[in-house]
Amino acid sequence: MDTQLLFLILTFAISVLGMLAFIVALMQKQVLVPPEAAKAIFAEGEFGSTEPDRISEMSRQWKVLDQSAKGPILYFLISSAVWLLIGSFLGLAVSIKVHSPEFLGGHDFLTFGKLRTLHLNIIAYGWLSFAGLGLSLWLVPRITKVPLRNVGILSLAGTLWNIGVCLGCAGILYGVTDGLEWLEFWWPIDILLAVAGAMVAIPLFTTVLQSKEEHLYVTLWYSLAAFTWFPVLFVIANTHFMHTGIQQGIVNWWFAHNVLGLWVTPLGLGIVYYLLPKITGFPIASYQLSLFGFWGLALFYSQVGAHHLIGSPAPTWLVNVSIVMSVGMVVPVVSVAINHHVSAFRHLHALKDSVVLRFVVFGAMMYTLSSLQGCLHSLRTFNYITHFTHWTVSHAHLGLYGFTTMVFFGGIYFAMPRLLGRDWRKPRLINTHFWLASVGVLIYAVGLGIGGYLQGLELRNPDGSFEASVRVTVPYLFTRSVGGTLMLLSHLLFAYNIFDLLRSSEPAS
Amino acid sequence: MKKAYIFVFGGASTLLLSAFLFVLLPRLQAGEVEKAGLSAQVPYDEIQARGREVYIEYGCIYCHSQQVRDPLAGADESFGWGPPSRPSDYIYDKPHLLGTSRTGPDLSNIGSRQPSLEWHHLHLYNPRLLVDWSVMPDFSFLYERVKSESTPSEGAVELPDTDHEWIIPSAEAAALVEYLACLKRDGEPKPRPEPEKGGKTP
Repeated sequence: MDTQLLFLILTFAISVLGMLAFIVALMQKQVLVPPEAAKAIFAEGEFGSTEPDRISEMSRQWKVLDQSAKGPILYFLISSAVWLLIGSFLGLAVSIKVHSPEFLGGHDFLTFGKLRTLHLNIIAYGWLSFAGLGLSLWLVPRITKVPLRNVGILSLAGTLWNIGVCLGCAGILYGVTDGLEWLEFWWPIDILLAVAGAMVAIPLFTTVLQSKEEHLYVTLWYSLAAFTWFPVLFVIANTHFMHTGIQQGIVNWWFAHNVLGLWVTPLGLGIVYYLLPKITGFPIASYQLSLFGFWGLALFYSQVGAHHLIGSPAPTWLVNVSIVMSVGMVVPVVSVAINHHVSAFRHLHALKDSVVLRFVVFGAMMYTLSSLQGCLHSLRTFNYITHFTHWTVSHAHLGLYGFTTMVFFGGIYFAMPRLLGRDWRKPRLINTHFWLASVGVLIYAVGLGIGGYLQGLELRNPDGSFEASVRVTVPYLFTRSVGGTLMLLSHLLFAYNIFDLLRSSEPAS
Repeated sequence: MKKAYIFVFGGASTLLLSAFLFVLLPRLQAGEVEKAGLSAQVPYDEIQARGREVYIEYGCIYCHSQQVRDPLAGADESFGWGPPSRPSDYIYDKPHLLGTSRTGPDLSNIGSRQPSLEWHHLHLYNPRLLVDWSVMPDFSFLYERVKSESTPSEGAVELPDTDHEWIIPSAEAAALVEYLACLKRDGEPKPRPEPEKGGKTP
């Protein structure tokens, strides 16, 4: 009882201190942002004109900064593409297995439970983490206007991270796992990833400290926070062995939801915040509003995890906190949405020329959609239907693929030529990639969303049967495999484009 | 750059606050339940615990939940999955296997619902032998298939509609089925059984 009281007082004290710090920061005008600061990302002659995907006079001004950490960033981006390719083959195999369980059946390593876990971990820790890290680091010099510092540590960190993902996957195949969703990697491997993640943060922090810029652009807020969140989150989550039963479930979902919202999402949003104004040539619609977006995310998102436990015997007060916070997410999501969509709609013509912008705008639209979807199904009445169904899987892909993956594609298509100093040789293939991926993910998410919803209705029907809930989903499981095939095809083009760019030696004309 | 600190420390403090709420506070509540030591689920013995590891290794959790919802939330009780779950049902569960998906049915009380070990072995060997609409993967690699006029070994199960063909469960399959059969959370919570003096403690 005494410890309980102590913790309560401590929590209260921390939140009061945090609030005081925030007020002090406000008084010192540390928090408010001058609207004209949004133009800080434009070099001379860039404001007001659309930046082409190809290397141009505009991008040449950034050459020294862009290539200040060429080797390690290339290493991160290539690693991400390799993991994406492996992860998407696994994803398609898993998708087929659900409607045709005999496919690749009868073998220990190829069983659904193992391949699904590999798919999730490879996409989250291989593709999304590497691509997000590489692109955010690449943007740091562009915002701080100083070359990236302590670059040497990056190759080591990236190698440790790669080794961690490989070992984690081997563990899953041989049955060495922690057994918690999103935390399957055996815990010593998680510690390795947390250390590697903290190492990646060193160049970011030291470069920011060198900067003489008056104002740090919004992209960097997200990177600074995300690079702080990840190691803290990952270390706390790996104390799960201290908990049992329901309590461990709570820690599990606190982590699993935060790793999306405080790791992958901020990196994706940061990239949208940079590329959208950069390519259109005009600053973001309302720079002040981006503050709401950022602090709203920090405040609300970290507490939404328990909505995964609606209906379970988790403490009701805790689930209620998560539901309130999930609805609170409307504030940052709408702030970001206004900023992104108004900026995009003012310059729709730029979509005609820039395929990169298509990826970014599509991603931003899917962020709004999947986030609002998230607010909606955190409500009990809606959650009762969609919980335990394929709807959740559809939602996850709308967020992690429709939003982050698409934005990362755009980012890589923008960054790589500027990193290497030579252009993509087959720009039309990039366009094909865009259409295959976007149509693929829409077929995937819409089909599976409907299937999941119908499945949920069957699971709530007291006069029905479990059998009906399985039968109703089967056609939609097939549409998922169709969407997944298109997505996989687009990734083959993506990998080919990168391979082709690395192979060519001709400098940009 | 002074402003950078705001994002680092501001970000860290929001996350730490949520860690207090989600990791520490419920821990105190859960501690009370654990201290009471009453659970409808019996503690797992050595073989059942091994079976639990097999359940984790093959990712059963990705399709099967182990939590029964209130009738308000779902038709769980009408499907015969048992009464709504209580926190005390899970005091021996580490890692927890609550699950988030019901591509397959809930298994909270599968031991009460389907006590036949034979049924489980046949179902794991090939789910579609027993349930033609099932989309569950088969675990035939955990069994050895032999032809024999009589029972080839203890625990072997004869395959239906075959010419005296049997499946012999591996140690893993046997443990997994023992685990499934022990999942019974539909009774009244009882204190942990006293270990027999001189006997092996589970």
